[in-house]
Amino acid sequence: MSLLDVVTYPDPRLTQKAIAVAQFDDELRAFVRDLEATMRGGPPSVGIAAPQVGRSLRIAIVDVSVKPNIAHHGRLVLINPEILHAEGSVVGREGCLSVPDYTGNVMRAGRVEVTALDEYGSEMIYAFEGFEARAVQHEIDHLNGLLFLDRLVSRRNDLFRRKVYK
Amino acid sequence: MQQWFMLTVVGKDQPGIVARVTTRLFDGGCNLGEASMARLGGNFTIMLMAQYDGSIDALRRLLAPDVAALNLHLHIDGIDGHLHAHVVPDTRISVFGADRAGIVAQVTTALAGAGFNVLDLESDVAGTERQPIYVMHIEGCAARGVDALEQALEKVRREGVEVRLVPIDTMIG
Repeated sequence: MSLLDVVTYPDPRLTQKAIAVAQFDDELRAFVRDLEATMRGGPPSVGIAAPQVGRSLRIAIVDVSVKPNIAHHGRLVLINPEILHAEGSVVGREGCLSVPDYTGNVMRAGRVEVTALDEYGSEMIYAFEGFEARAVQHEIDHLNGLLFLDRLVSRRNDLFRRKVYK
Repeated sequence: MQQWFMLTVVGKDQPGIVARVTTRLFDGGCNLGEASMARLGGNFTIMLMAQYDGSIDALRRLLAPDVAALNLHLHIDGIDGHLHAHVVPDTRISVFGADRAGIVAQVTTALAGAGFNVLDLESDVAGTERQPIYVMHIEGCAARGVDALEQALEKVRREGVEVRLVPIDTMIG
């Protein structure tokens, strides 16, 4: 297991659409372990995506369980994830391992239903909400070549926190 | 070592001030750092960090034509340019109520007494001339926790000011 180098903006590898994973073999699982070790070994973060270590693959890891008192699914390996359904919109503060020393407000769906494969190729369906839903959407953005910088909304005069569920 | 200055520019607001001042600074060899502009009661205000190899007097001479033409006030201080060291706020406080003297003093004194460090503050007087309302947003770090802040703000709330405290949960991914 080894820690991988995190690439930072404006590295062009962060703006490319990543390629779907086709082979669910030991090599993939070794990479997932390294990716997870990189997420846990660096500055505190609750998610990481393969493009953040320079690999154009549709792989993300999310684990928001360190946050107290929120709903979560623990450690998640999301391979070739697709958002099936999204609802509501919530403004929240985000930062990124690939954008050091900056945080900003981003609008995200409050709830998302996501299908993804795990590292053994089994299909899973998840319903995420709140902070975990935000993390999952942030990581899926990485797989599509988007950073939270692409979605910033003004920090000034933002409204009191409110949840809007359609 | 890089030499940094803080420029404060104030004047009657009009279109094109930022473009004109920053172009002059760029042409004069400055590299800008962080900046914050606000229109306060119709007045133009900006504070901007500039890295410049010359003296304060040389910087003042560089901007003199624009200061004169746009009738601006310019203030310059030598500073330490501590970039790449943002502190992430953990709490946001929103305040609103009928405008009266003393709201900022009461709220920020209560916050300071409860260990809060203000990182960002902006406020507006809204409403009408007959019924002005005051709206303020503060972000910062609650060194002694949110409960201490809530307790300290109770007294302010009893005096008719609406104060809402929201944790900022920054998601790093």
